[in-house]
Amino acid sequence: MKDTEKIDPLADLSPGSVCEIVSLELSGLLRRRILDLGIVPGTLIRCIRRGPSGDPTAYMVRETLIALRSEDAAQISVRTLSNGGECV
Amino acid sequence: MNLSMEQKKVLWKDRFGISLANGQFGVALAGNPNVGKSTIFNALTGLRQHTGNWPGKTVDNAQGGFQYQQKSFLLVDLPGTYSLLAHTVEEQIARDFLCFACPDVTVVVLDATCLERNLNLALQVFEITPKVVVCLNLMDEAQKKHLMIDVPSLERQLGVPVVATAARQGVGLTELQEKILQVASGSLQTSPHQIVYSSEVEKAVKHLLPMVGSLANNALSPRWLALRLLDGDSSFQDSLSNYLGVDQGWEGAQCAQ
Repeated sequence: MKDTEKIDPLADLSPGSVCEIVSLELSGLLRRRILDLGIVPGTLIRCIRRGPSGDPTAYMVRETLIALRSEDAAQISVRTLSNGGECV
Repeated sequence: MNLSMEQKKVLWKDRFGISLANGQFGVALAGNPNVGKSTIFNALTGLRQHTGNWPGKTVDNAQGGFQYQQKSFLLVDLPGTYSLLAHTVEEQIARDFLCFACPDVTVVVLDATCLERNLNLALQVFEITPKVVVCLNLMDEAQKKHLMIDVPSLERQLGVPVVATAARQGVGLTELQEKILQVASGSLQTSPHQIVYSSEVEKAVKHLLPMVGSLANNALSPRWLALRLLDGDSSFQDSLSNYLGVDQGWEGAQCAQ
């Protein structure tokens, strides 16, 4: 597995891939909410599947499945670690 | 914290719709969703589900009594939340109850299979009140997953009693009641672990502390109050005015000081 140093928005991740949270570009209550859900820098997060119309998307974070709207996931920066096969 | 029994009874009745009996300890049950809070509630109280409405809210709460060692306890099952920083009605209800009803003990129920996620709420509760018992539930599930938890060391690090339970099997409930009694009666003193924030935040908190202590009438933790004011948490400021009867804006109150 090769680590890419490229930073992408979480929203661009395709189902099955695993990434590490780099930073949150969100502010205010939404930022607080995302942090409370355990999405903090350094956390591994796996993209599970997209909703029927492509939104929202389900992610596995710290053993809990969490759905995020793509407009919110677009403001979370991640580093992709693998396209599957890694445990989150 | 410095409420008389009579004041407390009136507060609980008027603000939260709960009838506390004379000499009865009020115990709040907090925790993330799906950690078995209601199973613990039912196991302790022998109830199936006794729900009431919080005044002005549509979210149900459950309350029920139990006796232990000739003492009477009223258990209040709060809505399951990941946080107390009030983004949702459930969080606001849980937070307002913990902050303004001043329960004699707060039991924080944690899911032993995902402690990392659950400890966030425990640490937030520690900032509100020192009178906490941590209940490490779903220990049976943790065993199935081959998770080993060093309970004594967790207890040392958290600074409050930690009781391992498997509520569905009735395991650990007597010890939980014993710790609730000890913390409620004051025979067991706790010193919950406090998060230290960045030096800027700590400096600002230190600056606010002498002012907020008198504003809050020492009814709730000045540190928690200072942190929420720094957050600019408007929902908490509304609750402060509502429960503590402070009419002027909080910014005004700060300026006056």
